[in-house]
Amino acid sequence: MATETDTHGETAGHAADAVQGAADTAHGAADAAHGAADAAHGAAESVGMPQLDFSTFPNQIFWLVVTLVVIYLILTKVALPRIASVLSERQGTITNDIAAAEELKLKALEAEDAYNQALADARAEAHKIVAEAKADIQADLDVAIGKADAEIAAKAAESEAAIGEIRAGALDSVRTVAKDVAKDVIAAMGGKADAKTVNAAVTAQMKG
Amino acid sequence: MATEESGGLVFHPMDQFVVKPLFGDGPVYWYTPTNVTLWMFLSVLAISLLLVVGTRGRAIVPNRVQSIAELAYGFVYKMVEDVAGKDGVRYFPYIMTLFMFIVFSNFLGLLPMSFTTTSHVAVTAILAMAVFLTVTILGFVLNGVGFLNIFWIRQAPLILRPILALIEIISYFVRPVSHSVRLAGNMMAGHAVIKVFAAFAAILAISPFAIVAITAMYALEVLVSFIQAYVFAILTCVYLKDALHPHH
Amino acid sequence: MELDAATLIADGIKYAGAGLACTGMGGAAVGVGHVVGNYLSGALRNPSAAAGQTATMFIGIAFAEALGIFSFLVALLLMFAV
Repeated sequence: MATETDTHGETAGHAADAVQGAADTAHGAADAAHGAADAAHGAAESVGMPQLDFSTFPNQIFWLVVTLVVIYLILTKVALPRIASVLSERQGTITNDIAAAEELKLKALEAEDAYNQALADARAEAHKIVAEAKADIQADLDVAIGKADAEIAAKAAESEAAIGEIRAGALDSVRTVAKDVAKDVIAAMGGKADAKTVNAAVTAQMKG
Repeated sequence: MATEESGGLVFHPMDQFVVKPLFGDGPVYWYTPTNVTLWMFLSVLAISLLLVVGTRGRAIVPNRVQSIAELAYGFVYKMVEDVAGKDGVRYFPYIMTLFMFIVFSNFLGLLPMSFTTTSHVAVTAILAMAVFLTVTILGFVLNGVGFLNIFWIRQAPLILRPILALIEIISYFVRPVSHSVRLAGNMMAGHAVIKVFAAFAAILAISPFAIVAITAMYALEVLVSFIQAYVFAILTCVYLKDALHPHH
Repeated sequence: MELDAATLIADGIKYAGAGLACTGMGGAAVGVGHVVGNYLSGALRNPSAAAGQTATMFIGIAFAEALGIFSFLVALLLMFAV
C-alpha cells in the first residue's frame, strides 16, 4: 500500500487499489509480506492497550457490578453473621471457661483452707490430749509419790522405833553387863560388895 | 509492544489482558459472557468456598480453612475499627466485600493462563468511584455542609487557608484516580514484567537469569497482590473516616 | 514518505517521552524507601509502639506510591493512547 501512495491519491479508493494490485502482480511476494506485516501491526494498534479498549467497558462494568452485588449478598446474608456468631460464641465459651476455672480455683482455695483448718484443729486437739495425759500422769505420779512418801515415812518411823528399842535394849544390856562386871571385879579384888551399892554406883557412872 | 520480526523474540506482554468472549469470537456486548465473567465468577466461588463452606462447621476449635476465614474477618474488622473508628464498623461488610473481591481477583490472576480482572482500569475505576461517591454522599448526609470542613484547615494560618483549600480540593478529586490507577497499575505492571521476562527465557544465553527473574517477580507479585488489596481497603477506611469525622 | 518520516519521528519522541516519564517512578521508589526506612528506625527505637503504626506506614506508602503510579500512567498513555 505504501509504495502506491505516491502515484495514487487517497481518493482513488479501494476499487482502484484492487485494480492496481491486480495489475501489479509483478511486485510479488515481498509486497505481500509487507502487507501482512502492516495488517498485523494494524491489528495490534487497534487493540493497543487492552485496558483502554473502551468497547469492552460496559461488559466489564456490568459483570463487576453483578459480582460485587453477589459477594455483598453472600457476605451479609451468610458469611459474616456466621463468622461473627462463631467468634462471639468462642468468646463466650472462653469467658465461661475462665469463670469456671476461677470458681474451681476458689473452691480449691476453700478446700485448702478447710484442710489447713482441720490440720490446725487436729494439732490443737493433739496438744490438748497430750497435755491432759501429761496432767493425768502427773496426778497419778503425785499420788503415787505421796503414797510412797507416806509409806517411806511410816517405814522410817517403824525403823526408828525398832532402832530405839534396840538401842534401849542395848543400854539395859550394857548396864546389866556393867553391874555384873563391876560385881565380878569387886569380888575378884576380894572385897565384899553390896549389890545395892554397886548398882547405884554403876548407874551414877553411866549417867555421867 | 509490537511484534519483533527479526530477532525471533516475541513480546506480547499485554495480550493477557485482552477481554475475549468465552464462546465464539463475536463482538463484546455488555451482556456477553467473557473471560472477565469467568474470572469474576471464580473469585466469587473462591470467596464462597472460604467464607461460607469453610465455616459451615461453626466449630469452637476451628479447622484450617475456618481459621483463615476468621483471620480474614478479624483482619478487616480490626482495620475498619482502627482507622475509621467505632462508628465506621457499620460499613464493615462493604469494605469486606471490596477487600475480599480484590484480594481474590489478584491471587487468581497470578495463576498461569489466567485473567486478572483487577488489572483493568474499568474495573478498578468503578470500585474507586463507588468508594468516592459513597464517601462524598455519606459525608454530606451525615454532616450537611459541615463536610466541607475537610477542605478548610483551621490549624493553618488564615492567609494559607485558601491555598490549602485549593490543594485539598484537588487532592480530594484526584483520590478516585490514584485509588483506581494504583491497583490497576500495580497488577498490570507486575504481570507485564513477568511476561517480558518469559519472552527473554526463549533465548538460551539468558534463560537461567530470566527464569530466576520470573520466580523473583512472582514472589514479589504475591506480596504486591495482598498489599494492594490491603492498601485499597485501608484507603477506603481513611476516606470513610473523613466522611464520618470531617473535623481534622 | 515524508508523512511516514514525520510519524516515525513523532513515534520516537513519544517513546522517549514514555521513557522519561518512567524516571518519575524512581522518585516514588525513593519516597517509599524513605517512609519504610523511617518507620523501621522508629520501630527499632520503640518496638512496643511499632505495631500500632503499621497501618499508618501503609497509608504513607500508598500516598508516596500514588505519584509514581501517575508517572507510570503517563508512560502508558504515551505509548498506547496518544
